Amino acid sequence: MTDPTPVSETPTPAPETPTPARIELPVEPGEWQRVSPKYIVVDIVGWLIFGGIMTVASFTPVWIGWSFGWILPVVLGTIFLLVIAFTPRRVRAIGYALRDDDLLFRRGILFQRFVAVPYGRMQLVDISRGPVARMLGLAELKFVTAAASSGVLIPGLPLERAEQLRDHLVAVAETRRAGL
Amino acid sequence: MSDELSRAKAATATDFTDGEWHRLHRATPLFRGGLTLLIIVGVIVANFRERLIEAFIPGGGEFTPEDPLFEYIIAENLILQAAAALLGLLLLIIAGFWLSWRFHAFRITDQVVEVRSGILFRTNRKGRLDRIQGINIVRPFIPRLFGAAKLEISVAGNDANVPLQYLTGAQADALRRDILLLASGARRDAAGSGAPSAEAAPGAVDSVEVPPGTSLTLASGVIDKRVGEFLAPELDPSLVEPETVVHMNPGRLIGSTVLGGPAIVFVLLTAGLITGIAMTGEVALVVGFIPAMLGIGGFLVSRITRSLRYSIAATPDGVRVGFGLLSTSNETLPPGRIHSVKVSQPLLWRPFGWWQIAVNRASRSSAQGAGGQAQTTILPVGNADDVRTVLRLLLPAGVTDDSMPMIDLGLTGSGDEGGFVPSPRRARPLRWFSVKRNATALTPELVMLRAGAVWRSLTLVPYPRIQSAAVTQGPIERALRLGSIQVHTVAGPIVANLGALDREHAVSFFEHVSGRAIAAAERDTSHRWGETPAEEPSAPESAP
Repeated sequence: MTDPTPVSETPTPAPETPTPARIELPVEPGEWQRVSPKYIVVDIVGWLIFGGIMTVASFTPVWIGWSFGWILPVVLGTIFLLVIAFTPRRVRAIGYALRDDDLLFRRGILFQRFVAVPYGRMQLVDISRGPVARMLGLAELKFVTAAASSGVLIPGLPLERAEQLRDHLVAVAETRRAGL
Repeated sequence: MSDELSRAKAATATDFTDGEWHRLHRATPLFRGGLTLLIIVGVIVANFRERLIEAFIPGGGEFTPEDPLFEYIIAENLILQAAAALLGLLLLIIAGFWLSWRFHAFRITDQVVEVRSGILFRTNRKGRLDRIQGINIVRPFIPRLFGAAKLEISVAGNDANVPLQYLTGAQADALRRDILLLASGARRDAAGSGAPSAEAAPGAVDSVEVPPGTSLTLASGVIDKRVGEFLAPELDPSLVEPETVVHMNPGRLIGSTVLGGPAIVFVLLTAGLITGIAMTGEVALVVGFIPAMLGIGGFLVSRITRSLRYSIAATPDGVRVGFGLLSTSNETLPPGRIHSVKVSQPLLWRPFGWWQIAVNRASRSSAQGAGGQAQTTILPVGNADDVRTVLRLLLPAGVTDDSMPMIDLGLTGSGDEGGFVPSPRRARPLRWFSVKRNATALTPELVMLRAGAVWRSLTLVPYPRIQSAAVTQGPIERALRLGSIQVHTVAGPIVANLGALDREHAVSFFEHVSGRAIAAAERDTSHRWGETPAEEPSAPESAP
């Protein structure tokens, strides 16, 4: 919370999505905290590796000698390129807000998802780091409740920030401890 | 803490709750390994049957020498050695049983219940009393004949049970009462017996309840007791209020089974088989269908037999669900252990007004529930009155006379009556028939999600059990200005989601529910349900 890096809720007013249809919560735009822009690199690397493997694998029909075998890799490659092209926008859509009694988390542009998790429901906080994220000094923080479907995973936090957030969440959860 | 313990103990009925290690029923290893032993004996008898008949009735059996080992033993005159080896094996098994009984012990303090077992590989399991999600007394058929019962204490988690197998039936019942008393945090001795006297319950339940007498009266007494236990009602009539009891109607059970999904599959399979045979004239087709038919038939029969003696009732320490004809199971769910409830109605049950109730719980018992389903089906089938009674039992805080009209509307109603907010008309492309049924409602204690015009269902989630909430929107919903909401509880068969709601409504619902859930969780004290509100609720947390 010492470096909140507040951003506006919709950094670029996207013309392709009519604003009234989107879900917007009555949260002050300044309350949303954004993940590190460096996470874009992590995300792109992950998609490049996955997409590359899938695309190369989809060349199999071409090697076998099917006449229209090239359609599959072209389609797959285009989809993955589109996904990668939208990565910066997707990463900007990830945000979290520390409210008085709960943690609010949002992600997604095409499929929007907002989750509110009361601090007292925390069972554990997990910090994990992949190889690319570690090179960039990033970590991801997972907030686990008794419900598997809560699914709050905040990626792309600077390690220092992640640890600070973890300690804060544990401390707050301790004061608001609830049963199951 | 020791003072607290002895005070609590003064009110308990068994001497198991004194924090010392106790052993289980002496026949435990036999019951647990009993099946294997029976199979071995069966195999031996089956192999030697002809030989034995031959030995006792010479020329009586059609003896054909086919066992070379046995022939060898006879031929070499090693009968004595063979008998000695058998005897040794038997002694070894008995010694193993005895040792495993010696090493299997449990203890119950006012904080935890702990079981340790195993000779070479030792296991030690500990469950916290204030995390108890249910106590189940299971009586499998064979142990039940000998008056033994298994007490299963489930704490939160997947298969996180602390089983005490086996105890005598009376011990299991008394111990359940004591554990619930300790877990509830109640101080029932507040009126009297203030002195922490350990001898307040001087061995009230001993391993030998029958008073000493001649062996004849002893034996007949034991038999009487067994018969009495076998026929005893699963619910102690002194514990429950009679108007809360729901029993299974056999006709309804059979009817609902016949009209349920598996039975329909069974009928379709049979019809397909008959037409198949008629068309091709190949009677051999039957063979291919036999395994599937046997499986489904067995499921149907077991569903009926298991649910026949079904009953559910309220006790001071929570809901008690009992069922089973030969093997019985009787589970107590303390208050606040039910995370969500779903009342549903398959299409074919509708003319009869039958419903089914399932719940989400934080623990899963390894024993199976009524109807062969997991233990999450609380009411296999019941009419609307049964549903109301059971809902009152399951959610006593939320289902009251005030909210009952809303629940009725949730079951059969549609539109925006009674506080339900249905999907707008523009949601019809996503909810063709159920656009008016698809609705949410909020009471001071419950979240209600109504869905389905063909397969009706109503999901109830009490605020204090909500773990988190979410609102989501996909591209199609965005085009229609709609949104979905999700109420997250512990994992189970019920998923409390509802899609195709008005976007504004979804957002306000999300805001409201997440706010109310926090407030309700702070007020909630059901982990120590019997504790007087004046006491510090966090006091038991501090102990190791």
